Amino acid sequence: MSYLIDEGKNASHLLMGNEAIVRGALEAGINVAAGYPGTPSSEIIECFSQVAKERNLYVEWSTNEKVAVEVAAAASFAGLRSLCVMKQNGVNVASDFLLHLASSGTRGGMILVTCDDPGALSSVNEGESRLFAQLLEIPLLEPGDFQEAKDIIPWAFDLSEKIRNIVMVRSVTRLSHASGNVHFGPLPTRVAKAEFRNSGPLLDPETGPMIAMIVGAPEAQHGPQQEKMKRAAEIFETCPFNTYTGPATPELLIITSSACSLYSQEAVSILGLGERVGILKLATTWPLPQRLLKKHLAATPKILFVEEVAPTLEDHVKVVAAESGAEIGVKTFFGKKSGHLPSLGELNPDLVLMALSRIFAVPYEGAPADFSAAVKALAARYAPPRGMTFCPGCPHRASYWSINNALKLDGRGGFVCGDIGCYVMGTMAAGFNTCKTLHAMGSGSGIASGFGKLKQFGVDQPVLSVCGDSTFFHAAMPALANAIHQRSPFTMLLMDNRGTAMTGFQPHPGSPTNVLGEATPALDMEKICRAMGAKVEVSDPFDLEKTRQKLNHLMEYADGAKVLILRRACALSPERRGKKEYEVTVDESRCRGEDCGCNRICTRIFGCPGLIWDGEKKVSRIDEIICVGCGVCADICPAGAILRKEVA
Amino acid sequence: MSDVKLAKDPYNVIITGVGGQGNVLVARLLGGMLAKKGFLVAIGETFGASQRGGSVMSHLRISRLAVASPQIPRGRADVIVSLEPAEALRVLALYGNPGTMLLTNSHPIYPVGVIKGELVYPPVAEMEAAITQILPTAYFIDATARALALGNSILVNIVMLGALGRLNVVPFNREDFQEAIALRLATGQLAINLKAFDEGYGMV
Repeated sequence: MSYLIDEGKNASHLLMGNEAIVRGALEAGINVAAGYPGTPSSEIIECFSQVAKERNLYVEWSTNEKVAVEVAAAASFAGLRSLCVMKQNGVNVASDFLLHLASSGTRGGMILVTCDDPGALSSVNEGESRLFAQLLEIPLLEPGDFQEAKDIIPWAFDLSEKIRNIVMVRSVTRLSHASGNVHFGPLPTRVAKAEFRNSGPLLDPETGPMIAMIVGAPEAQHGPQQEKMKRAAEIFETCPFNTYTGPATPELLIITSSACSLYSQEAVSILGLGERVGILKLATTWPLPQRLLKKHLAATPKILFVEEVAPTLEDHVKVVAAESGAEIGVKTFFGKKSGHLPSLGELNPDLVLMALSRIFAVPYEGAPADFSAAVKALAARYAPPRGMTFCPGCPHRASYWSINNALKLDGRGGFVCGDIGCYVMGTMAAGFNTCKTLHAMGSGSGIASGFGKLKQFGVDQPVLSVCGDSTFFHAAMPALANAIHQRSPFTMLLMDNRGTAMTGFQPHPGSPTNVLGEATPALDMEKICRAMGAKVEVSDPFDLEKTRQKLNHLMEYADGAKVLILRRACALSPERRGKKEYEVTVDESRCRGEDCGCNRICTRIFGCPGLIWDGEKKVSRIDEIICVGCGVCADICPAGAILRKEVA
Repeated sequence: MSDVKLAKDPYNVIITGVGGQGNVLVARLLGGMLAKKGFLVAIGETFGASQRGGSVMSHLRISRLAVASPQIPRGRADVIVSLEPAEALRVLALYGNPGTMLLTNSHPIYPVGVIKGELVYPPVAEMEAAITQILPTAYFIDATARALALGNSILVNIVMLGALGRLNVVPFNREDFQEAIALRLATGQLAINLKAFDEGYGMV
C-alpha cells in the first residue's frame, strides 16, 4: 500500500511537494485527475495512479494540457472534485479553454495545478504562469512549504466550490521536486455520485447548461465572474496561509510567496535581522488581500519583494500602495526594479542574503573568501565542465547521425526544425547541431510547414522537422495536417521511442497501456500519417545506412509532406534497460587513431559516452561500465575497428 | 533516538554525482531514515534535464527546529558526499568551507568533452593531493571498484552511504539503513545492498 494513503492517526511522512499536493487532494476527496507530463509536475498524476484503485479515482495522462483541463472540467460539471496538472508552458496550451471555463464557471471543486520552473532547470523557457490568473480572472494560491502544499489543496477545493470557479495552485521546482515532513489529515469516506444537470435555465449555476458566454452579452457571465473574484479577495483577507513573522513595526518588510519565503526566512535568520525585518508570506497572490496588505504596508517604511522571474507581486502591491498612499504614506521599494534581485533565473538564500546585506549595509560572506578562491581555482583545473549529451544507446544520437549524413549527401542546404523532448539536444553538439529552430511542442513541424511554402521568395532547400511520439499527438498532428493540405513539401522525422521518454515513460495515445497499466487501444502513427495523406516510411534508427537511404529517398519527393518514422525504444525504457544486444569492443590493432584520417569520428563527433579516446594509447576504447551494447558505433568506424558480437 | 545531537542546526549535507549514479535515491533514503527518527528534513534536488549526463545534486537539511529551505546557502555545507570526484570539487567550490567534511568516490565519470578529447580530466590522485592541502577532512575512496567487485557498478551509491555511516556525523546506522532500503527494494536485492553498505562502512 502506498504511504500516500496512510490512514494512521498522526501519520507523518517525508513527501515531495508534488506528493504533498496529491495527499492534499486525496484528503479533499478528489475524484478525477488529468494532466500531461512535464518536469517538474509529472509525479502528481503518477502518484494519483498508484492509489487510483484504493481511492476510486479516475486518472489519465491526456493527449495534451488543454484536453486534460477539459477532462477535469467535465468531472466538475458533473459535481465531482477534479484536478488538472501541467508545467508552466502547459498553461499556455490550455489557456484557450481555461479562459472560457473561467467564464462558464464550475460546479464540483476544480483545481489547476501548475508547476513552474524558474531558472529553466528542465525547460526551454522560464515562463510565468502566475500572470495567467490575472488574465483569466481566477484566484491564485501559492503554497510556501511542504506542509502547506498539502494543506492548501482542500482549502482550494472549498474555495472553488464557494465561488463556483476554477482555482489555480502554483508550485515551483523547489517545492515540487523538494521534500519535507508532512503531517497527514484524515481521508474522507464519502462515495461520489455524479450527474451533469443541464435542463435548467441558461444561466442557472446549478442546473443550466455550462456555456462560456452569450455572444454580445458580457454582463451575463463576465459580470458574475468578476463578482466571484471580489468574493475570493474577501475570503483571502483571512486566509490562514497568509502569515506574518517579525516585529510589529519592522524597519523593512519582505513580501514574498512560495519557495522564496523559505529563502527569506533563512536569510533573515543568518543575518540576525529577526528584530528588524518582518516577513509577510502571501499564499493568495491573486487577487491580493488589499486590507491585509495595507495594514502591513502602513507599519513599515521599506519593502523588499522576494519573488522569482517577473516582478508580479512587486507590481501588484505597488498598485495597492499607490491607491492607499494617503493612508499609509510614501514607501521605499526594493526588488527587481531597484536592481536588488534579478528578474531571471531562480532565487536562493544567497541572493536574498545579498539583497539584505546591501539594504542594511551588513557585510556577509558564506565562506572565507581566500578558501573559496582557492577551491574555485582547483575546480577550474581539475573539474572539466559536464556538457549535456544523449544517453549511451540513445536512438536520437543515431537518428541525428543519419539525418546529418542524408542532408550532406542531398547537398541542397536542407535544414531541420527542432521540437520539445530529449531531442532538443539536436540543437547542440550532442545532436551534431542539426536543429536550427527550437520553440514549443509541435512547433518544429508548423514552422517547417511554413518554410516549405517560401519557394516563391527563394527559400527552396529541403525542410525537415523532428517530432517525438508523444509530441506528435500533443501538437504536431495539426501542423502535419496543415502541411499536407497546403502541399508544403517538408519531411517530418517522427522519432518514436515508445513513450514520453524525457519525463519518465508516461503513456500517450500511441501506447498499448494507460497510466494504470491497463491494455488500451494504441493509435497507429504510421496508419494515421498515411490516412492524412503523407508519404510514409518506417526505419530503425540503429540501422544507419537504411535510415539514411530512406530519408534521402523521401527528400527527393518535391510534392507534399513526407513522414519518416524512426522507431526504436529509448535506452532507459523498461524494455531496453539493462539488456545488452551486443558485446562491443575496439580492435586496437585496427584502430589507427590520429593517423586514420577519420579525425576520431567515433569519439570526437559521434560522442557516445560509452566510447572513450585513450590519450595514452592513442586509440578509441569502450567504457565497459557505460556502454549499453547498442552496437551502432560499429557502423560508423571507417576502419572496421569497432567490433560487435551479439549477446546470446 | 531523540537524544541524537546534531553538530549544527540545520545540519547541511550535499549528495552529488552524475545523472544515473543514483544520488537522488541516496538523498531520499537518508532523508527517510532521519524523518523516521523525528528530525525535520528538507531535501532539494536538481535533476530533470541534468539526467542526461549532467551533474545532479541533492541538498539535505536536518533540523530539530524547523523545515529549512531546500537550497543550502553558499559556503554552508557541513558534509559533501560525492559519487564522482570532479563533482565533489565543483560542489566544494560553491558550498564548502574549511570545516566541510568531504567524502568522495575517486572513480571519475568523464564528461562528454573529455570523451571527445577536447577537455582533459587530470589524474584524480593530483586532485586529491591538492584538495587535502586546503581541506583538513577529505576522504577519497574507490567505491566504483568495490561496487564492481560486488558485481554491479550501480551499488556505488550504497557503498558511499555505508562510508558516510562510518564517519558518524549524520545520525543514522546500519539498522536504519536496513529498514529504509527494505521499504524501497524487492526482497531479493536486500542482501547485496546491505553487503554494499558494509563494504563502504569498512572503507574509511
